[in-house]
Amino acid sequence: MVGAQDIVFWVLAVVSIAAALGVVVVKDLFRSALLLAVVFIAVAGFFVLLSAEFLAVVQVLIYVGAISVLFIFAIMLTRNVREGNLPNRLQIPAISVSALLLVGMIVAAVNTDWRPIPEAAVEMVDAAQTQAVSGGAGSGSESGSTGIAELLIGQFVLPFEAVSLLLLAALIGGLALARSRGT
Amino acid sequence: MSLESMLIVAAILFAIGLYGALARSNVIAVLMSIEIMFNAVNLTVVAFARYVAPLALREEIGSVLTGQVFAIFVITVAAAEIALGLGIVFAMYRNTESVTLTEANQLRH
Repeated sequence: MVGAQDIVFWVLAVVSIAAALGVVVVKDLFRSALLLAVVFIAVAGFFVLLSAEFLAVVQVLIYVGAISVLFIFAIMLTRNVREGNLPNRLQIPAISVSALLLVGMIVAAVNTDWRPIPEAAVEMVDAAQTQAVSGGAGSGSESGSTGIAELLIGQFVLPFEAVSLLLLAALIGGLALARSRGT
Repeated sequence: MSLESMLIVAAILFAIGLYGALARSNVIAVLMSIEIMFNAVNLTVVAFARYVAPLALREEIGSVLTGQVFAIFVITVAAAEIALGLGIVFAMYRNTESVTLTEANQLRH
């Protein structure tokens, strides 16, 4: 039985893998940046399939909206756009290393008994994840209905603060790096 | 759509990103490949969070979101890394007029 979810999954899989291959193969760096945006959008689609809608929105905002634009800026500001994506001399080692890793990961993914939770529980997880985004309107205030925010500020408050410190450091470092010499 | 198929797609994306990071000579292309790898890892984390993780589901339903919180942290770190990486690329381009990795050898002499 092939449901709509499976069709969407296979379409997204083909699109994301083809676009990712394009990113690393296409010679024109500008086109490869645009293909990278396609990869990001396909991954956002995967997040929607996994009922992680909030992450999909974050993915579109940050990756498609900000990081792709940053990459396009960087490509435009540096020269040799047309022939910028040349391969280096490590083709054969690179291909063999990534192929070996790919085979290892696929074997591990197929052969391991992940003990996935049953379908009914998957539906419960979906409901919880969706509810965490929509705020659980009308269902009373049972624990966890505020979802990601509660986890971020509660259980993961220390990594949250560390990440904010990291962002501050990145901000200052970016300013220091981008400042032109002599001024 | 199952956990295994999702993991395999993420593994293929990761391998493609790894190949790109190892075999390209342009710094910006390498950074883009690293972004593909970040996305593959996020996909894996979220897939695990949906299909495997919630043994604690009965105690607290919010715990199924832990994987998504991890993915948010990964996205944040990736954004910071890209901002700094592109800053370094610009500085390198100002100094050497090039964004080729093999020409970033100013510390060697």
